[in-house]
Amino acid sequence: MVLNPGLGMEYHWQALPPDWPGNFWWHWLAFSVIILAFVLGLVMGFIWLERRGIGRFQIRLGPNRTGPFGLLQPIADAVKVLLKENIVPAAADKIVHWLAPLVAFVPTLMIFAVVPFQDGALLADLNVGVLYIVAISSISTVGIFMAGWSSSNKYSLLAAMRDVATVVSYEIPVVLSLAGVVLLAGSLSLNQIVMAQDIPFILLQPLAFLLFFIAASAEINRTPFDLLEADSELVAGFHIEYSGMKFALFYLTEYAEALAVSAIIATLFLGGWRGPVLPPWLWFVGKVVAVFSVMFWIRSTLPRVRIDQLMALAWKFLLPLALINLVVTAVQVLAWPEASLWAMVPVNVAIMAALVVTWSRLLKLGGGRVEV
Amino acid sequence: MKFEHFGTGIIKGLAVTLRHLFRKPITTQYPEQKLTTSRRARGNELVWDITKCTACGTCAKACPQGVIRIVTSAKPVENRYVVEKFEVDTGYCIFCGLCVEACPFQSLLMGYSYERAKYRRHEVVHTNEMLLPSAKRPASGYMYPKLAKALPPQTLLIERDEVKG
Ligand code: SF4
Ligand code: SF4
Repeated sequence: MVLNPGLGMEYHWQALPPDWPGNFWWHWLAFSVIILAFVLGLVMGFIWLERRGIGRFQIRLGPNRTGPFGLLQPIADAVKVLLKENIVPAAADKIVHWLAPLVAFVPTLMIFAVVPFQDGALLADLNVGVLYIVAISSISTVGIFMAGWSSSNKYSLLAAMRDVATVVSYEIPVVLSLAGVVLLAGSLSLNQIVMAQDIPFILLQPLAFLLFFIAASAEINRTPFDLLEADSELVAGFHIEYSGMKFALFYLTEYAEALAVSAIIATLFLGGWRGPVLPPWLWFVGKVVAVFSVMFWIRSTLPRVRIDQLMALAWKFLLPLALINLVVTAVQVLAWPEASLWAMVPVNVAIMAALVVTWSRLLKLGGGRVEV
Repeated sequence: MKFEHFGTGIIKGLAVTLRHLFRKPITTQYPEQKLTTSRRARGNELVWDITKCTACGTCAKACPQGVIRIVTSAKPVENRYVVEKFEVDTGYCIFCGLCVEACPFQSLLMGYSYERAKYRRHEVVHTNEMLLPSAKRPASGYMYPKLAKALPPQTLLIERDEVKG
């Protein structure tokens, strides 16, 4: 069963032609500018939203002195960081140290090449879009490891190794949970996946959504998985020895990654740009912001996990559940009658609840006692 | 076997933070809003009552920092000492209150104010008349419960709304 793209769409906006607005190079230029503006603008917005939002979640106010509602805070932060002295440790591997922020940032930016802002409005409608994202996003880790290694600082190196361990473990559930979505949509292209979501995949694939959300948050090191920046253990993690513009680039990477994950979740699970009345790109941005809000809601709530808990969660919980989800989805795609697709929603929610409850019993530390 | 350990704690935690979202923030926005300090607070200055002081020098002896300098002279007509110079260099003062506790004549008190930062070092040295109590230099109730009673009660963060301003 492959969902018929374009079936019963509430969507009435014209699809953009593949080389809008003109030829190949204009397309490239236009979307490069759009992507840069989108990423920089939303990262600024996210930094403000997260600081204010976490403040409110913790009954504080958050920054409110720079501009109305503290809106200029990210700009003030950026100016401050840019004016800082660029310090490179004497024992650092200079070239690698210089290159690391770029290697971390550029792949994150490249993810947005395949994310559709509107029907057909994307830099490159790759027919291997999901695979491209999975491949490209892992390269950031190399940048982080380069940063940790070249700083010649034990804390940086420890943090970088933690990050590599996290990414290696969590890449598997990420890919497996994405595979469920790809099976349902019958395509790896993000635009096709959006087209296939007459029912948003968060309803058809609730377990995959849960697993992807957890695993992706872990991969981009959001709290509660921010082990590589654990300031109580590792000072500041891999970017201890970075200052000025290079630090700003790492900071930017962190939020750009959060933005990328929000965009991917919005596209793959929440129906991307699809929605009634409002223009598609507005729906897309709204969904991205909504996903990010959940992320910092979780950040403001949960304490950091230990490294052994991190690994246990990946290998004992996420991986088996992702495998089971893949098998269940495959069977459903083969055998489920296409007419009664809505009936799949309660079934899959029930499957998710049963699996999560059963598997959680295997995860207990110290035989279920809280004290270890 | 109890039915637990499957993320209920996480959901409860999320509910707690979500409720916080609809509460009034407890932040005190300092320069505009101020809490009333404790009535027995040791503020950032000393208040000295020239009429009660006998120039005994006990306070200067008690001070661990050597903050207080007193120059006295005998006044044989009235058969007593008078203070010529009473100098407190609050730059060295640790606001421990030992001088106040030592003074046998309730002449030296801790100040109640706390915004006493200055741009120049010489401005933190207070001499004679500068030390006298006034509306701008209220004395705190430290060591003297009777004085404390006259001051407004301390406000806590949660009572901020009643502070006004
Ligand atoms: S408060 Fe302490 S340090 Fe300050 S003058 Fe009195 S005794 Fe000295
Ligand atoms: S102890 Fe009191 S009375 Fe004696 S010199 Fe100091 S302030 Fe004056």
